[in-house]
Amino acid sequence: MFGDVRAVDDVSFAIEPGEFFAMLGPSGSGKTTCLRLVAGFDLPDSGQVMLDGQDVSSVPPYERNVNTVFQDYALFPHMTVLENVAYGPRVRGVDAATRKQRAREMLELVQLGMQGERRPTQLSGGQRQRVALARALINQPKVLLLDEPLGALDLKLREEMQIELKGLQRRLGITFVFVTHDQGEALSMADRVAVFNKGKIEQLAAPRDLYTRPATAFVARFVGSANIADGELARSFGESVKSFAIRAENIDVLSETAATPASGMSASGVVVAVQYHGAASRWQVKLDAGEIWSALVTEEDSRALNGLAVGKRVKLSWPREAAVQLQS
Amino acid sequence: MSLRAASTFFYRRPYWYLALLLVPPLLWFGTVYLGSLFALLAQSFYRIDDFTAQVVREPTLATYKLLVTQPANIDIVVRTLIMAIAVTVACAIIALPIATYMARYASGRMKALFYVGVMLPMWTSYLVKVYAWRLLLAKEGIIAWLTAKLGLTSVLEAALAAPGIGGPSLSSSYIGMFIVFVYMWLPFMILPMAAALERVPGSLLQASADLGARPSQTFRNVVLPLAVPGIAAGSVFTFSLTLGDYIIPSVVGAPGYFIGMMVYVQQGTAGNIPLAAAFSVVPIVLIFVYLSIAKRFGAFDAL
Repeated sequence: MFGDVRAVDDVSFAIEPGEFFAMLGPSGSGKTTCLRLVAGFDLPDSGQVMLDGQDVSSVPPYERNVNTVFQDYALFPHMTVLENVAYGPRVRGVDAATRKQRAREMLELVQLGMQGERRPTQLSGGQRQRVALARALINQPKVLLLDEPLGALDLKLREEMQIELKGLQRRLGITFVFVTHDQGEALSMADRVAVFNKGKIEQLAAPRDLYTRPATAFVARFVGSANIADGELARSFGESVKSFAIRAENIDVLSETAATPASGMSASGVVVAVQYHGAASRWQVKLDAGEIWSALVTEEDSRALNGLAVGKRVKLSWPREAAVQLQS
Repeated sequence: MSLRAASTFFYRRPYWYLALLLVPPLLWFGTVYLGSLFALLAQSFYRIDDFTAQVVREPTLATYKLLVTQPANIDIVVRTLIMAIAVTVACAIIALPIATYMARYASGRMKALFYVGVMLPMWTSYLVKVYAWRLLLAKEGIIAWLTAKLGLTSVLEAALAAPGIGGPSLSSSYIGMFIVFVYMWLPFMILPMAAALERVPGSLLQASADLGARPSQTFRNVVLPLAVPGIAAGSVFTFSLTLGDYIIPSVVGAPGYFIGMMVYVQQGTAGNIPLAAAFSVVPIVLIFVYLSIAKRFGAFDAL
């Protein structure tokens, strides 16, 4: 499988066969439009959608070998769970006995073997999610599109489903294209992530590269909310210093009078908040230049910071090599 | 007791508050609304004395026996029933595309325009519309004139020559009566149907297409079943309104009696209240049968 999408704003990328591909971005960034173009619900004004080397730009959804798991699951309320799952084969003319057999197998696959005769309204959110998954997978699509499929689930269930989805994708070897606004979800599940902003792709990279080497300030902020130094603030570290990003966990909090380590950079400011997270605390510091930066301090390190608290002046320091240069 | 104390009293006792809200309308509903209906129905179990023309107030099934054994009465029931079914089916067929457009495709001004357009005829007098239709359908009326201009007079004549439903002109045939009935009750079909279709999420239609259903299959498997509660609600209106109407059959159409006209004649000039009451039970029974059939076919499953 090979997909190539070119949407609204000169977006172009290729998805590899068997890949778990995530489209990440805030609402209105164009990620869902891209998904709808691949599914065929929207047609491109210009450009092409290629599927397995064939141009499917003007092929209606019912003739594309692509299936979708909808954000609201879109289960048919007037059909049983089994009928919902068997819908794909049914409209393609598969006989009743065969399609029921296959629907049962799909329900087994998502561990809902016993729920076939119930109505979707009688199921929990997590169970509906699985039915939607089984219904989309029964047609053996080349690509499975998932539109914020975990958005409606509570945190614990979402984490379970993340593991399950990833396992299912490995077992079936189907290409998954996953739309989400949750960066944690994208990082933990995807092989590659495309970060969308204002109808364009800001960066397309593997999760680790995205986190450690964000290309733009937007990506640095959106993925793992890094601290950004640009414009005036960047110049204050030296004439030749361009915009850079620095992760909160790479910043040390020191007393204002402490010396900056030889290979490091530093900035001073006033502590505005300290949020305790258990293993670490997030210190929010208002720099003298005006920006609010955050530093992640481990439990161990925070014991050494006795006497420093909200309202006190501190020095933030970080190793020079932890600063990631950003494209302007 | 001050207003404040009264407020506190009812706030702390929600059942009293509910009772205060419900008792007056329930009294009205129970006595005036249902009470008069049951009083009417009770009349059907009396009979009229053939010699004195007085109502004999003893429970009897004699009036019902008269209703179901006299061929003329059975003709009236069958004629009305066939007309009601035909009108309901025609309304459903015409309303479905319009309601689909209103609920699924039109937006903003267009949607408002359609809703006003559907309801506008209901703002004028019913009688005015019926008499206007008599003129439109008359032998020298605009419809006959238009068909002549279009060279379709032979088609119109062929339709009017049809046995059973034809007549000397549209305004004195069952075809004309059917047209007027459909015109009158169409809004009552469109509105509930559009309301039912509005509630169908767009993602269901996309999901159907996504799984490989062509538009016709999506319509048959998803849109239609989910519109059924609306069609059922609308058809109860068109069906019962046709069963009970007596003005349209007396102004437009062939001379045969309809149930509504029979009720009117029996309780008025003939003075046979028991038979009029028995006739008015017929639509109630027919609608009850209709709803049972609709329920058996799962019309209300998606509610």
